[in-house]
Amino acid sequence: MTSSQIEIQLIASIVAAACALPGVFLVLRKMSLISDAISHSILPGIVIGFFITHDLNSPINILLAAATGIVTVVLVEFIQKTGLVKEDTAIGLVFPAMFSIGVILIALNANDVHLDIDAVLVGELAFTPFDRMIVSNIDLGPKALWVMGSILVVTITLLIVFFKELKISTFDEGLATALGFSPVILHYGLMSVASVTTVGAFDAVGAILVVALMIAPAATVYLLTDNLKKMLVGSVAVAVFSAISGYWLAHILDASIAGAITTVLGFIFLMAYLFAPTRGVLSVLYRKKQQRKEVMLLTFLLHIQNHEEEEERHVNHLNGHINWHEVRAQSVLELASKNNLISISKGVITLTKKGFDFSQQAIQYITDNERSEIENMKEELFLFRG
Amino acid sequence: MDIIAYIKLLFEDYTLQVITLGTAILGASCGMLGSFAVLRKQSLLGDAISHAALPGIALAFILLGTKNSIAILIGALVSGLIGTFWIRGMIKNTRLKPDTALGLVLSIFFGVGMLLLTYIQKQPNANQAGLDKYLFGQAATLLISDVWLLGSVTLVSFTVLLFFWKELKLLLFDEDYTKTLGFNVRFLDILITSFIVLAIVLGLQTVGVVLMSAMLLAPAAAARQWTNKLWVMVLLAAIFGAFSGVIGTAISGSVRGLSTGPVIVLVASCFVIVSFIFSPERGILFKQIRKIKNRKELKLFKTLSLMYEIAQTHEDISHPHQIAILNDFQGYSVKALKELEEQKLIRLNGKLWNMTKDGYHKAAQLFNQNTITND
Repeated sequence: MTSSQIEIQLIASIVAAACALPGVFLVLRKMSLISDAISHSILPGIVIGFFITHDLNSPINILLAAATGIVTVVLVEFIQKTGLVKEDTAIGLVFPAMFSIGVILIALNANDVHLDIDAVLVGELAFTPFDRMIVSNIDLGPKALWVMGSILVVTITLLIVFFKELKISTFDEGLATALGFSPVILHYGLMSVASVTTVGAFDAVGAILVVALMIAPAATVYLLTDNLKKMLVGSVAVAVFSAISGYWLAHILDASIAGAITTVLGFIFLMAYLFAPTRGVLSVLYRKKQQRKEVMLLTFLLHIQNHEEEEERHVNHLNGHINWHEVRAQSVLELASKNNLISISKGVITLTKKGFDFSQQAIQYITDNERSEIENMKEELFLFRG
Repeated sequence: MDIIAYIKLLFEDYTLQVITLGTAILGASCGMLGSFAVLRKQSLLGDAISHAALPGIALAFILLGTKNSIAILIGALVSGLIGTFWIRGMIKNTRLKPDTALGLVLSIFFGVGMLLLTYIQKQPNANQAGLDKYLFGQAATLLISDVWLLGSVTLVSFTVLLFFWKELKLLLFDEDYTKTLGFNVRFLDILITSFIVLAIVLGLQTVGVVLMSAMLLAPAAAARQWTNKLWVMVLLAAIFGAFSGVIGTAISGSVRGLSTGPVIVLVASCFVIVSFIFSPERGILFKQIRKIKNRKELKLFKTLSLMYEIAQTHEDISHPHQIAILNDFQGYSVKALKELEEQKLIRLNGKLWNMTKDGYHKAAQLFNQNTITND
């Protein structure tokens, strides 16, 4: 590895970590799309700042762009308050307009600006090591490293200082307000951090991929844990891992680094989406199927309990009577006898003592409207689940 | 080339006519279908779908090695649909909220698309140039065959909309009721979503993946301000969309190096701003004027009811009183008094005022109304 390769990976990791932290709160507060809106609409701010300073990384530029981001949030909220359009339409109207202004400004001044429209979309991570921070002739490393490094440090500091406030206001806004934390200040504080981070990351990864860096790690970890601290640490880990492996993927394919990082993030998310232990799609679908079968089992037991006469309790009769297909009826029967809830002799089904108690108890819970208790009963009595 | 020269050329130049016709049709169909997206609160779905189309475009090129618009459109359509269904799956099966699902699909698909696009650009293949027009759109690349395709798809979606008009209208405004009436809500939902995806995909060449969603939203949001009727809204949105397309293409055509997408979006945004401010019923301007007028009227009534209370104490209602007496209670303004006199509700005479019969009657009515509403 050359030193510039190491530097790129370092910058990518820091950008990813700095984005992931505010991202966790955006995801939890249902404001993911605000990151999309901000990242698009800071473009005119960045372009105008660039005309003034001729430097993408100067502090003036970053402040100007961050201000544009906050203006966007305010504008969106203003349009929402007029009630002329729905909330999501307000977001959808503001940011494309701002982004268009930015793109047109770039196109009109294409000759003076070495700000490329492609770079706006995916950034120029590969070129970041060339822009050095030089103080009195001493090379201190890439400028982007310093900029994003300081943003990360500030974000972490703010996070530690206001952790309690953020946590409470995220999960229980009413309680937070009652305790005296101003929701407005926290809201705009978070918006400002998101805005500044987006601007800092913009240069490296571009307008659209910032969104992925912000919400994909948080969304991935959200499927795996319920603990806020774990979620923060996990998101950073996912982000940094994707940054580094994304770099190597891009290296192999000779393609955009930011695009590759997003692809890796997408892949990790897909894995979590499919295979996460309790919240992944597969386990959700499995659980749904299990529950469906167990509900059917319960219906079946109640039916048997209700009928004394033998013909109602005959196996063949069941298929037609509760309107189940044969296969389904068979599998329910199997589950019931595996759990020792029924006994079958000569095709006639009888409830065992256990089955009788179970269905009695279940019907009690249903009439008392305490259906959730049935779940606990299943845990207790079932040797085999559906 | 300035705008006038452009318009002159429009009457002579065949290519220009094709392009203008194409963008007009595109704008109209986007406006039409966008109305449904806006009313169904699916505004941002369009954004996600258009970004999600990018990997499909790139993959179609990699697999088929051609820039044929139809192949690329099908690629875009497939990946747009995959994105849409993934969003639905996420919302339905996990605890991720709609905003996160949209943001994820939007950014991840786009990232994959950019990875593929940059990969293609590095390949030693002369044929690859021009794929990046799908990012911000280039109306100049529209061919007559594209226009035919646009036209026929628009016609089909228009016919289907007409055919299912009643059902769709019901679905927009009361989904539960639609369900209880026995209509197949899922079918209608998939129908309208598929047409929205189709409109987005068709617009990619002209407006680009990044800004396509605005093309869907802006005309519809503008049209919404002028009417409360669905068919008027759809019609207006189609007109706004068509004009945005044509005007945007004209402006971008007369400036070198300007992509069509951003210009069209800005033109459409202008329609939105004008509608937000100037629409007579919902517009901010007239709303504000009405507010001020109401406030003034309320003040007037306040003074009038004060006078009524004073006048009530006398048998003769037209008994003159000092103006200063009003001040002791709640105040008045000279303007309000003049206004009341103009309406012939009171008579002024130097420093005295007295109520007219009309005024007394009106104030009494006011008073009654107040007590009734207070009950």
